[in-house]
Amino acid sequence: MSKKEWPLWEIFIRSKAGLNHKHVGSLRAADAEMAVENGRDVYTRRSEGISIWAVESKDVYASDPTEADSLFEPSDSKVYRHPTFYDVPDGISHM
Amino acid sequence: MKDINISELERKFQEKIDKDIKIEPKDWMPDDYRQTLIRQISQHAHSEIVGMLPEGNWITRAPNLRRKAVLLAKVQDEAGHGLYLYSSVETLGANREETIDDLHSGKAKYSSIFNYPTVSWADMGAIGWLVDGAAIMNQVPLCRCSYGPYARAMVRVCKEESFHQRQGFEIMAQLAKGTPVQKEMAQDALNRFWWPSLMMFGPNDAESKHTAQSVKWKIKRHTNDELRQMFVDATVPQAELIGLTIPDKDLKFNEETGHYESGAINWDEFWEVVKGNGPCNKDRVDTRRKAKEDGMWVVEAANAYAEKRNRRKSA
Ligand SMILES: [Fe+2]
Ligand SMILES: [Fe+2]
Repeated sequence: MSKKEWPLWEIFIRSKAGLNHKHVGSLRAADAEMAVENGRDVYTRRSEGISIWAVESKDVYASDPTEADSLFEPSDSKVYRHPTFYDVPDGISHM
Repeated sequence: MKDINISELERKFQEKIDKDIKIEPKDWMPDDYRQTLIRQISQHAHSEIVGMLPEGNWITRAPNLRRKAVLLAKVQDEAGHGLYLYSSVETLGANREETIDDLHSGKAKYSSIFNYPTVSWADMGAIGWLVDGAAIMNQVPLCRCSYGPYARAMVRVCKEESFHQRQGFEIMAQLAKGTPVQKEMAQDALNRFWWPSLMMFGPNDAESKHTAQSVKWKIKRHTNDELRQMFVDATVPQAELIGLTIPDKDLKFNEETGHYESGAINWDEFWEVVKGNGPCNKDRVDTRRKAKEDGMWVVEAANAYAEKRNRRKSA
């Protein structure tokens, strides 16, 4: 019905100082300022945030889930990156 | 991708579901799964939005400032719920405005409970207590739904719902211990909203054609009758506690099963309301349609303003 729909925005919220912004969902808004204002009304009605990022959804470049196996394989095969890979002799309690 | 056939993809999909691995927007999914979710989530969204109307009716006439602030906050939450849900339906590739236009054309449904009028202040109590109570029964298992964005929206919704039910119960409890006229008002609201609330869970399992597939896909975790039973078991003692009577002369507690047994639901009434012949169907849809049409200039003005601002920025 509308000639031009408002674009879709992804909303990220920092819930308190010291934590990262985290994706909470999306919304429609005419521009970035409105996306932040709408983000406040939609996603922070109970003090869930102290900072909002709005990113237009079309600007998000995402990895392809069908290629997830090959994309993440290099880290899956390197067990020696985890401390549990190593033997620590008895008698050493903190390392 | 081409050389993997559909049945192999479907097998892998069901395997993920069986292992409780969530499905995310860009993952492969069967078309029926997608369509089922689009229908269910958009109807859920419409229910939240249309559900603002019967309560919005009483905001200006709330009996005091506390009740008014509470009701206003509750109705705002329902708007938020609608928006979380439209946001998740868009992750499935559906167009938000098209789903809304389907509501306005009568093609899409919403919960039939909102086609009943709210004629007294006690109805605000009955709705919060019973309608939000029934919605919570439906929504809590949806927090574990197999589709990630829907499940996450439900977690948020459920956190907010608990105050909705409490504020409604508080209204009922207070009226029930008020003057005889106030108590009568509460009983009358319970009488009118009890059966439509039971109908909110949908047709009996034997009549519900989508249930089996939805359970297999873990979109649904319980059948309609199971959820209805949970609601009755939870609600009857609450009514007793505040001295109100459930309007069901056949209602009785079965000592053996530990469950209440209800009388027969009038399914003819349910189907009439679903078909559009409830007391307020036309009024609700007309109000929503008018809201969109009358608000269209705001959409356009905001677009024009955004364009102007962008031009100034790039100049
Ligand atoms: Fe809601
Ligand atoms: Fe609610």
